[in-house]
Amino acid sequence: MKNRSTLREIFIYLKPYTVLIILSVLFSAASVVSTLYIPILIGRGIDCIVGAGRVDFVHLKPILIEVIIVACTTAVLQWLINTINNRITFKTVRDIRNAAFEKIQELPFAYLDSHPSGEIVSRVIADADQFADGLLLGFTQLFTGIVTIIGTLIFMLTIHVGITFIVVVLTPLSFFMAKFIAKRTYSMFREQSQTRGEQTAFIDEIIGNQKTVKAFSREKPSIEKFDEINDRLEKCSLRATFYSSLTNPCTRFINSLVYTGVGLGGALIAVGGGISIGSLTCFLSYANQYTKPFNEISGVITEFQNALACAARLFELIHEQPQSADGSLVLKDTQGNVELENVSFSYSPERELIKDLNLNVKSDQRIAIVGPTGCGKTTVINLLMRFYDVDRGNITVDGENIQKLTRRSLRRSYGMVLQDTWLKTGTIRENIVMGKPDASDEEVVAAAKAAHSHSFIKRLPKGYDTVISEGGEGLSQGQRQLLCITRIMLCLPPMLILDEATSSIDTRTEVRIQKAFARMMEGRTTFIVAHRLSTIREADVILVMRDGNIIEQGNHTDLLQKNGFYAKLYNSQFEET
Amino acid sequence: MKKLLKYFKGYTLQCILGPLFKLLEASFELLIPLVVASIIDVGIKNGDKPYIIKMCIIMAALGLIGLICSVTAQYFAARAAVGFTKKLRHALFDKIQSFSYAKLDKLGTATVITRMTSDMNQVQTGVNLTLRLLLRSPFVVLGAMVMAFTIDVKSALIFAAAIPVLSIIVFGIMLISIPLYKKVQSRLDEVTQTTRENLTGARVIRAFALEDREKAAFENKNDGLTAVQRFVGRVSALMNPMTYAIINAATVWLIYTGALRVNSGVLSSGEVVALYNYMSQILIELIKFASLIINITKSVACARRIGDILEISGSEHTGSMPMKKGGDIEFKNVSLRYDEAGDNTLTNISFKVKSGQTVGIIGGTGSGKSSLTNLIPAFYRASSGEILINGQNINDIDTDSLRKNVAVVPQRAVLFSGTIRDNMRWGNAKATDEEIYKALETAQATDIIKSKENGLDSIIEQGGRNLSGGQRQRLTIARALTKNADILILDDSSSALDFATDAKLRTALKNIDNKPTVFIVSQRTSSIKHADIIIVLDDGYAVGIGTHSQLLESCDVYREIYDSQYKKESSNA
Repeated sequence: MKNRSTLREIFIYLKPYTVLIILSVLFSAASVVSTLYIPILIGRGIDCIVGAGRVDFVHLKPILIEVIIVACTTAVLQWLINTINNRITFKTVRDIRNAAFEKIQELPFAYLDSHPSGEIVSRVIADADQFADGLLLGFTQLFTGIVTIIGTLIFMLTIHVGITFIVVVLTPLSFFMAKFIAKRTYSMFREQSQTRGEQTAFIDEIIGNQKTVKAFSREKPSIEKFDEINDRLEKCSLRATFYSSLTNPCTRFINSLVYTGVGLGGALIAVGGGISIGSLTCFLSYANQYTKPFNEISGVITEFQNALACAARLFELIHEQPQSADGSLVLKDTQGNVELENVSFSYSPERELIKDLNLNVKSDQRIAIVGPTGCGKTTVINLLMRFYDVDRGNITVDGENIQKLTRRSLRRSYGMVLQDTWLKTGTIRENIVMGKPDASDEEVVAAAKAAHSHSFIKRLPKGYDTVISEGGEGLSQGQRQLLCITRIMLCLPPMLILDEATSSIDTRTEVRIQKAFARMMEGRTTFIVAHRLSTIREADVILVMRDGNIIEQGNHTDLLQKNGFYAKLYNSQFEET
Repeated sequence: MKKLLKYFKGYTLQCILGPLFKLLEASFELLIPLVVASIIDVGIKNGDKPYIIKMCIIMAALGLIGLICSVTAQYFAARAAVGFTKKLRHALFDKIQSFSYAKLDKLGTATVITRMTSDMNQVQTGVNLTLRLLLRSPFVVLGAMVMAFTIDVKSALIFAAAIPVLSIIVFGIMLISIPLYKKVQSRLDEVTQTTRENLTGARVIRAFALEDREKAAFENKNDGLTAVQRFVGRVSALMNPMTYAIINAATVWLIYTGALRVNSGVLSSGEVVALYNYMSQILIELIKFASLIINITKSVACARRIGDILEISGSEHTGSMPMKKGGDIEFKNVSLRYDEAGDNTLTNISFKVKSGQTVGIIGGTGSGKSSLTNLIPAFYRASSGEILINGQNINDIDTDSLRKNVAVVPQRAVLFSGTIRDNMRWGNAKATDEEIYKALETAQATDIIKSKENGLDSIIEQGGRNLSGGQRQRLTIARALTKNADILILDDSSSALDFATDAKLRTALKNIDNKPTVFIVSQRTSSIKHADIIIVLDDGYAVGIGTHSQLLESCDVYREIYDSQYKKESSNA
């Protein structure tokens, strides 16, 4: 059932290439027929060679010329088929990949946060590749295979029914043999891949953390454990490799039996004059060819099933529920009045996180959110940016419910610096101008100076044109954070969200950046999440969160006087030891 | 590359027998056309039915012997390939375990893991295929030609002409397309990277509303990939049609020549059929051979990469003397320069610590704090200067015994899959539950165990996924404490702890029984201000060494750090 709907979907993607597919099918049929016709011609040719002084050159010559013409035509057809199939396959896969990528941009964060990125990448890359391979093979071999089988059958029947019968009866044997072996080896392969997986996980863990292993002098125990897995892998790998490698010799043996059968039957019939030697030769070469598509088809079918499974995984991604519908109002000239009314939210239904949260933020205010890890600080930001939608209640910006606003305009009104400093592969400059692609060099430098990143950027090999990789290797965590801050300094949206924005920057630099931040925050509504209480003290409103609830609210002095949870947090920083 | 051959040791017999049996099988296959020829020339011509039946039995027998030979060959090949890879994998893992930090930095763990896993699998397949097929296909091609010569020299010359032409086409196309496949791979890597980036950076991309731009960029890269793929496809699509046309041309030529020879009475018609059959065999084998070569090329590239790592010379330096008890440490003019970086990471550091003292190390990001502590367990070796531990030069001390006496809590809290107890025993394989509980208590981690149903037997998943950052950090501290080492290094290892827990931890550390020398690396003055000695680092230089009050007076950098975190806050409070 599932396969059928996957197939239907594949056909939808294939639809733009209908003409090509029809051509491919026609050419394939033609090329199969002409391929099969050649042994007949050669058989006829051989029949002209009767014996010494009795060779019929008059008939032989045109036959041989015909062979050349048919062979060349076949060659051209084959090339056309390959080219067309390549085109169909690669273009289809490209289209599917684009669709998958487009979907990634629309997936809700609930999906992205709960699926490891590696898994999604493997769908878009590896699954798509596997699908391409399967599709290409399917196209080139499945169809031609079937046509070859039918074609050969018809040609054989026209020559001799009896011998055809021998071929037809014996051939499926090789097919069953292959299936039999595949079935028997399946469990061996599973065992092999499980053990391999176990070993890979172990390697990942140990070599991925090699420094810790060395710090604890755990090299020897690690090698012992590795060897233990390695021994097991050797055993099951030998089994899987050997037994699966039996397929080829066994099917070939059956092929040779078919060949012998045709030889025997054919020769005996030829003795009685039932068929000519040329026809026997033709039969023998058919017998050789006839088993080939069967063997191939069994391979192609596994490949094709695999491809279908890959396609199904891709389509699953493509059909994933996209994020909730976008609003239509465009947020303009944002003042920065943000209001949360009775907001409730949870990531999973079992555990309610935020319950009836109320908050009224006036333009230009500075809101600090503090609390222990896991209390829901970052969640508030997820809701403000509409990375997640609230379960109940309303969030409004300048009086407009954010669900009615376009995501684009809402998000562009916020400048966000996260603890997780993400940089894309590209130059430093490209990373800085993300929020303002048309920024001039002077603007970029000015922003970098304000964020105190200019001095280290200047020292990089190619300055602002230095290419950094995704992980931002070569840059320290602090430097990466400075770049993220620079990004915001450049585009300066009307509201700011700073989530642990300076957690990796040393305090000396932080003091300097704070000044820039202070300037930046002037006239802007700002939400700050931080561990460091020094960053928070000057906020207009401090929200103290615990287990998803706001348990205290007020400014620094009020909260200290209250001598509650905040005061406890604050004092612990300076507790004497 | 050649050095890898030694891992075949113990499998020499298999490596010889595998291909040998394969060749035997091929020889039997080469006899078939001759049998067919005699069926035609003797059996059919004379109407000798018993002869035909006899010949067919011989043919079936040849097939059966072929089957036995080839099964034997497959077994030996599989045995050798699997055994070889096992040994190679062990050797590589062993080698990696011996690498120093500096070498690990240079190689990068991701690369090493790929070598261990996918490269290794490809090598196994490659060895297996090589043993099975590398000799077989050329043998059949040449064998077919030799057989043709035994039948008729003049007709066999056609073989001598066709084989080189076919080889040029097959291998020419292969040579052209292999580098193109590399290009496909690198384009594919770009597409992969863009995809991954868009997942990891989804928040930032959507915050800047850059979805459309990213889509366009992706489509662009995807088009690039498709274009190269199609180009390679077009090139390799030439192979089959071209060889097909040539082989048929050769066949026509062969039959015509054969016809002339039969007419003049030199050849029989059965022999012409045999020649024709040999011609058909050649093409099949050549094409098999080409795809085999592609596979082997891939495997050789993988093997070369593995060989490169195995060939990296020299394992970690180690002295020979066991480390003396105690925690006295002296740095004399120590500088450190990592291999790649041009500048010194640490320059002329000198200080002296007595056993049991607490040392605070403070400084900005990238000032060299971790680098300094990494020198003490000899994770890296000083580029110049001397480090003395209990009076012994660190380079004379046996590395294993040194590391047993230095406990490190790294910045990144790494735990391993297994029970909590297993993890705790990393520090000390013989630690009793009592000792473990004590360490957990000092590390403020008892509540983690209490919250778990199975206590110390609770399972930690790979990478400690089922624990929070703070929990992981406390467990790594406890793990280091079970070592009972003379020197304890905490490398910014309380960053994920809240202030209250951090303060409790510091108090507890003061009261450890065996009074180790403690190094605390931190960015917070509050974490280190009570240390006996504070080292202030700035850009790799020790700009201040002394106690908190001394440094407040004499060291500008320290005062600046302190003020930024403390003074202003206190005054405001």
